[in-house]
Amino acid sequence: MQRSLHIVPELCTGCLQCEMACSYDNEGVFNPAKSRIKVFNFHDQGRFVPYTCTQCAEAWCMMACPVDAISVDAATGAKVVSDVLCVGCKVCTIACPFGTVNYNSTSGKVIKCDLCEGDPECAKACPTSAIQWVDANWTGLDRMRTWAAKTDAGTQATAH
Amino acid sequence: MRYVIVGAGPSGVIAAETLRKVDRSGDITLIGGEPGPPYSRMAIPYYLSGGIDESGTLIRKDADHYDALDIRYVHGLAESVAPADRRLTLEGGEAIAYDSLLVATGSSAVRPPVPGLDRPGVHTCWTMDDARAIHDLAREGADVVLIGAGFIGCIILEALVERRVNLTVVEVEDRMVPRMMNAAAGAMLKRWCEAKGVRVLTSTRVTAVEDSGNGGGPLRVSVDPGAPMRADLVVVATGVRSNMDFLDGSGVKTATGIVVDDRLATSVDGIYAAGDVAEGPDFSGGWMVHAIQPTSADHGRIAALNMAGRGARYQGSLIMNVLDTAGLVSASFGKWQGTDGGDFAEAADEAGYRYIRLAFDGDHLIGALCVGRTEHVGVLRGLIQSRVALGAWKARLQADPHRIMEAYLANTQA
Amino acid sequence: MSWTRTILRVDLTNGTCAPEPLNMGWAMKYLGQRGLATKYFVEETDPKVDPLSPDNKMIMATGPLTGTCASTAGRYSVITKGALTGAIACSNSGGFFGNEMKNAGYDMIIFEGRAPNPVYLLIQNDDARLLDASEFWGKSVWDTEEGIKAKHQDPLIRVASIGVSGEKGCKFACVVNDMHRAAGRSGVGTVMGSKNLKAVAIRGTLGVAVDDAPRFLAAADAGKKVLADNAVTGQGLPTFGTQVLMNVINETGALPTRNSREVQFDGAKDISAEAMAEKRVSDGKANLITNAACFACTIACGRVSAIERTHYTVAERPQYQVASGGLEYEAAWALGAATGVNDLDALTFANFICNEQGMDPISLGATVGAAMELFESGAIGTAETGGIELRFGSAEALTQVTELVGLGEGFGVDVGLGSKRLCEKYGNPDLSMTVKGQEFPAYDPRGIQGMGLTYATANRGACHLRSYTVASEILGVPEKTDPLTTDGKAALVKAFQDATAAVDSSGLCVFTTFAWTLDDIAPQIDAACEGSWSTDTLLEVGERIWTLERQYNLDAGFTGKDDSLPKRLLKDAAKTGPAKGLVNGLDKMLPEYYQLRGWTADGVPTNETLQRVAL
Repeated sequence: MQRSLHIVPELCTGCLQCEMACSYDNEGVFNPAKSRIKVFNFHDQGRFVPYTCTQCAEAWCMMACPVDAISVDAATGAKVVSDVLCVGCKVCTIACPFGTVNYNSTSGKVIKCDLCEGDPECAKACPTSAIQWVDANWTGLDRMRTWAAKTDAGTQATAH
Repeated sequence: MRYVIVGAGPSGVIAAETLRKVDRSGDITLIGGEPGPPYSRMAIPYYLSGGIDESGTLIRKDADHYDALDIRYVHGLAESVAPADRRLTLEGGEAIAYDSLLVATGSSAVRPPVPGLDRPGVHTCWTMDDARAIHDLAREGADVVLIGAGFIGCIILEALVERRVNLTVVEVEDRMVPRMMNAAAGAMLKRWCEAKGVRVLTSTRVTAVEDSGNGGGPLRVSVDPGAPMRADLVVVATGVRSNMDFLDGSGVKTATGIVVDDRLATSVDGIYAAGDVAEGPDFSGGWMVHAIQPTSADHGRIAALNMAGRGARYQGSLIMNVLDTAGLVSASFGKWQGTDGGDFAEAADEAGYRYIRLAFDGDHLIGALCVGRTEHVGVLRGLIQSRVALGAWKARLQADPHRIMEAYLANTQA
Repeated sequence: MSWTRTILRVDLTNGTCAPEPLNMGWAMKYLGQRGLATKYFVEETDPKVDPLSPDNKMIMATGPLTGTCASTAGRYSVITKGALTGAIACSNSGGFFGNEMKNAGYDMIIFEGRAPNPVYLLIQNDDARLLDASEFWGKSVWDTEEGIKAKHQDPLIRVASIGVSGEKGCKFACVVNDMHRAAGRSGVGTVMGSKNLKAVAIRGTLGVAVDDAPRFLAAADAGKKVLADNAVTGQGLPTFGTQVLMNVINETGALPTRNSREVQFDGAKDISAEAMAEKRVSDGKANLITNAACFACTIACGRVSAIERTHYTVAERPQYQVASGGLEYEAAWALGAATGVNDLDALTFANFICNEQGMDPISLGATVGAAMELFESGAIGTAETGGIELRFGSAEALTQVTELVGLGEGFGVDVGLGSKRLCEKYGNPDLSMTVKGQEFPAYDPRGIQGMGLTYATANRGACHLRSYTVASEILGVPEKTDPLTTDGKAALVKAFQDATAAVDSSGLCVFTTFAWTLDDIAPQIDAACEGSWSTDTLLEVGERIWTLERQYNLDAGFTGKDDSLPKRLLKDAAKTGPAKGLVNGLDKMLPEYYQLRGWTADGVPTNETLQRVAL
């Protein structure tokens, strides 16, 4: 059974422990600026919204990569960037309609969530269960999937 | 079924792979116009800058990739098509029969009619051969003149800067990347390049390239206005044109590119077109040659599905570009120029090299242009292409156009 | 590691910014943040300096844990000579600014001199520049923060700024970061304003490393579990915020009410955590929208509130009809009990204004309380107040005056002097509920005896956060003591003071100590930092810092006579509640305290003591 990150913004307090866990796992230092998951703060509404890649079936990033640097991890379903193959052309960063692939100017490569090989650090670090690691079929990602389908300008919908 | 794909760029390769997915027994032939395995032009600048070697430019890294999918990959250049006989003829005379043909021949660099652009030391930058030649000539400290500061020119510019050449860019229009940047953003790019030590001459025309003395020595590049300059290498990046001459007489309708419908089918039964050569449906309306990687990938996939009889309709792709000009990243999406009577949001931080312009049509974002921003830029595509009704966020974006991610989340994840 | 080992020195007079290496010898003795910055400050400034002179300096400092994943590790402090007090000032703030400073590569920023014209400091990693702030001068904290983010087109820039109050010289102006977190006390924002420094804006992307990562992650995880399992940090604070105390302290008979004339407030229930969570009849919504965390905090005690849209304070002003920083206990007390006002939304509005214009709500509310007593006693009238009927219990008077102080206009200028100067100006110095010029906070020393000694000896002037004996005397942490007795309180105060000085120097939040002892904290510091950091080391560091601050104050001209309390607390007995009939027994506690500290009967550290703490 594949699992997914399930995000419940209502439970998020905006502490950014997820960003630290993510950046530590990927960069070896605590550096929220390099986190693959980001918490957006709607301060005038008192809302915090953690947000990262949903590993969407459409995989615009992967389809757009000119050098095959993004591939699917068969075990987790994650779309994973190969640092060796990525040339830093950034096409995936404009192709991802969720804005969840970002260019890291320090490394000259792009970065995105890779689900930590099936054991996501952000979910483990979240003190309020706002980020959960659940069965993929369960629920939750529907909101993003709905928007994924809307972004699909007919390029995928009929392909399946 | 006999599928034949002419052109082994991203569009052709993805089409071949998609065909294999949906038709396990079909006969698939992929014809590449250049020697060697299929590679991506997008990667050439990174080869030039030394970030990767030639193998890093390959579209698929596994040498057995095409064999494993039972895709026959051959080398050849198309000479003509006879639709009545469903036959493609290659230069040299080899004939290949097809049931369904995909034209994904891309485009070629063109040289403007300037005297001397055929001299040794003058190169376009389009093919792997071009790249190898530039790689050899663009040594540290060499005098290099780059003609054309369009999209391709700017990508090469990045690589040339990294090779530490003494670089002058000559652009005939009044700003850099005129098709992707407005005056404000183009000026910011120019200022950035100049700060990096690149000489940028806009509104300037190259009038001649001559030998400066004995044959084989440095070149002398004349410009108007301005004084002539010395060059060890001249790189021409003034534009490309679709590779579709071989379709003359076939009945396939062409305009700027090959005219296709929303199934990527041409005017001739059994012939499809995809990628840089195809004038396909544009998300913002009408038909357009995009010549960008994401559109090529979409084209290849949709065309293949239709070739295999899957009846896929294509609603058109969004024109978008991302450009790294010597470290300054810019991106554009859709109709950033806006529409008549539409609203705009704009913000510029000249000192910080950050600029953003959003174009609205009523309650929707229809285009965007940004400089100096790399965080979450893709969401601009999401906002435009999923036609998010912005509501109260339109006013907030007009006050601070950088709150695009919040605008997207507030309207889609609430 | 853990320290970035780099300081940014900003010469405002000459407009220069230059990095320099951190003095690691001092870091090993003073840890970071409060301790280390105080050491720099004491070494670099004349203790007799006028706080508002260009010769005063202001330091923004992080701790070694700031920017790590240890719970609450996002703190920074502002260290200077306080404009309100003339004593050493160290005001600690949460939010996200401290982490950003650390991620930009700096342990601290030292500001010296005075800019000829208003400026703000923009830091993007190693690129630090002073920029013209004329477009932001005269603007609120909120407008400045949003304006800087928009100008530099980066919503992720973190900003610490002063409001109009700080520009206009209000003595209790604070430095506000992230819209509603503040380095609140002692007038550190006033000093910033005197330097013509409007804001510090930072974007840091370099990352923060720790010395022994596996050990640190294990220690941080263990610490988080302790916080989660503790009733106060795991349930009370996230659910109710610090406001969980309002009804508790009122029932204890230790809620200073109407300028400390009383110790219980009949309106306490109306302004309590429970009241904030209760759905209104009118619109079915509660004042409290949600809780919110500062950087890295797994407690999340912060409040986010919204005022009922029809309330008089916001009905005509849609810009305030939004969610913003809600009432913490100290603010609710000062704006409410100290003034006798029980209108929750009026207090929330006054609190918004404090955040928006950068004012310490404790000093503001307490000073308004004193002004109300001056008014009711006839020492001032409507001629002084500009027509405001400044009576206890008047919500309108409270919010009107708050706005005036925020803008430095009318009677707001007088209130902006702080309680001590205000009461002196109008001939009633004894009506000022202050120590060393600073208004004391939300615990009446008649009902909680240890807090009398806490206020009297706090180095930055009256303060609850220097030794929060409430934890022991009311909540039983780490062990219960009797709030009505002075026995053992000298030792308790000293222990809390030393431990807190260490915590305040680490990058962690003192609220962790409801659940953590130094035994929980030391392993996190020890794993993150080079050197050896045990509980004993931290206590030594804490005592060293305390003594350093004390010595500075003595050099600045304070004496043991300033370790006192307002007469009202020493002479007028509590009229109601468990402490009925009691005054504070400072005279019993202070000599014992001096002795425990190794100070003379006049409150001066002996040479032996100075040697013992290795000053």
